[in-house]
Amino acid sequence: MRPAIRVNELGKRFGDFVAVEGVTFDVEEGKITALLGPSGSGKSTVLRMIAGLEDPSSGEILLAGEDQTHVSVQDRKVGFVFQHYALFRHMTVSQNIAFGLTVRKEPRNKRVKRVNELLELVHLGPFGDRFPDQLSGGQRQRVALARALAPQPKVLLLDEPFGALDARVRQDLRRWLDELHRELGITSVLVTHDQEEALELAHKVVVMHEGKVEQIGSSEAIYNEPATPFVASFVGAANVIRGLVIGGRVQFGEQQLDGAEHLNDGDAAHAFVRPHDVLVSMERADGSSSPAVVEALSNLGWTSKVRLTLPDGQALTAQVPNDKLEGVTEGKRVFVDLRNAKVFAPGGRAVEPSDELAAV
Amino acid sequence: MGMTVGSGGSTSGAIRTHASRTRLIRGLLIALALSYVSILLLAPLAGIVWAAIKGGMDVVSETFARADVRHAFWLTGIITLVTVVTVTVLGMLTAWVLVRDDFPGKRFLNALVELPLAVSPVTVGLMAVLLFGTGGWFSDFFAARGIQIIFALPSMILVTIFISIPFVIREVGPVLEELGTNEEEAALTLGASPIQTFFRVTLPNVKWGLLYGMALSTARALGEIGAVLIVSGSIQGQTETATLYVFRALEERQEASGYVVALTLAAISILLLAAIETFKHRQSKEARS
Repeated sequence: MRPAIRVNELGKRFGDFVAVEGVTFDVEEGKITALLGPSGSGKSTVLRMIAGLEDPSSGEILLAGEDQTHVSVQDRKVGFVFQHYALFRHMTVSQNIAFGLTVRKEPRNKRVKRVNELLELVHLGPFGDRFPDQLSGGQRQRVALARALAPQPKVLLLDEPFGALDARVRQDLRRWLDELHRELGITSVLVTHDQEEALELAHKVVVMHEGKVEQIGSSEAIYNEPATPFVASFVGAANVIRGLVIGGRVQFGEQQLDGAEHLNDGDAAHAFVRPHDVLVSMERADGSSSPAVVEALSNLGWTSKVRLTLPDGQALTAQVPNDKLEGVTEGKRVFVDLRNAKVFAPGGRAVEPSDELAAV
Repeated sequence: MGMTVGSGGSTSGAIRTHASRTRLIRGLLIALALSYVSILLLAPLAGIVWAAIKGGMDVVSETFARADVRHAFWLTGIITLVTVVTVTVLGMLTAWVLVRDDFPGKRFLNALVELPLAVSPVTVGLMAVLLFGTGGWFSDFFAARGIQIIFALPSMILVTIFISIPFVIREVGPVLEELGTNEEEAALTLGASPIQTFFRVTLPNVKWGLLYGMALSTARALGEIGAVLIVSGSIQGQTETATLYVFRALEERQEASGYVVALTLAAISILLLAAIETFKHRQSKEARS
């Protein structure tokens, strides 16, 4: 099937600064695709180039198979939702939503009908005559979404849409957006730095770092099969264990870990292990267990964060369900079993992994 | 027990003394600001009102019946109108360029905009004479085409525009800056053309700043005398503006009619500023309720 959006070898330079380089990906019809990355990774610049708000320095953008690289913003017919809402502050909610229809000279009765439809859709029926500064952040962002949807765009582009909201509202709005998308099925591109948001909402995730694509895949693939050390550390929390490759395994202290078959003997290696893949027990389970000392224990509700030190001095964090703690307390000597380790050669384009959690 | 009461009393006493001293200082500062403004602004205004009306309504009607007074007001009106239209359109454009674009020499242009505030209008008049007067850089060019610049309306409008340039730019610039580009970008993605975006989104948002700038430009153009005096030659019934009439009236010992004209000019400016202040206040109250 032809992709709704194709981004091909896209690049953007601001003077000497390379903001985006060689970015290529497809957005499937009717699906949510997330551009995930830290701030400064170029994800918003890519989105703005898709919308036509920014001119690419190289590469091309195809919407529904047609080259739109140099088509003006107003002719691309995309809906854009900004992080800080960008509502017209001198217009009422209804006037805001109607704007895209007004400038396209839609007849008045059609406009009124569509505005009422959208007010219902975003659950703001009674708020049509309010001004934006009389609404809460969450309500404003729903108005912004209704306004973007009003002219029936082919694609919806969302630039950190929940970034300016507090955690609780963000959760609600995220669930609501998910439901809305199931209802409307509009092709959407979501830019976010929140990996949880990307994993929850997106059918496909494009992970970006320093202007380049690190990995493209489903939520599961990004989380379970990270292609680069950066993805392993940015998407989800991960411990980084440093060691040497010996016979296809990573040797650290007296212990060994599987998964380094792709590296040469004697190379340095970084093994990424998720906190929930660190099993903690009071007894040695089998051959792959390593002794460790519990440094600190903190309760996070139904799980606990266990800070450990390995025999060679490296730090390790485990996340353990409280009912599996089985007498683990501070200062105890325990055994840890490290599962699903992802091993990479150090350096390259990865961020320098810290001894603590690389990302939390 | 006695110790506790004693120390408690002295502490609250110290606080009370401190509080009353603060109140005293604040009162003095308010009094100073009030008297500074009222003595320097209101007293001369009251003086001119009294001087204008003490001769009775006869002087007022006599003054406005005079052909040279009517012509002077008509001339001032033309100059002000052309000036305000020009500085509004070009000022809006310049403010836009200064806020939204980056180019070499931007800081220089930003500073240059203030020049008319720093230079005496008399100097501005002299510069115009040097450019357009006999033997000036452009005098041959216009003389060959039979166009009279100096001692005529064109040079009077030119110098008035020059001295009125900064106001619109300085009032609109910060508002544009504060507005940012988000709303304009939103309008573009919704299918608005750049022109629709300007008139439907940008302009309504900078409206009050623009009106303020226009009002200040109007006041400046109405009251200009130095530069206009030099370039116009102040020919009675021809190149004599309202302010130049006031100047001549005082010289010719016709103070009463001079005061009437001066008061009329001041009243127009003050009413203009007051009207904008009222509208602005009303609008912001509407938006909040």
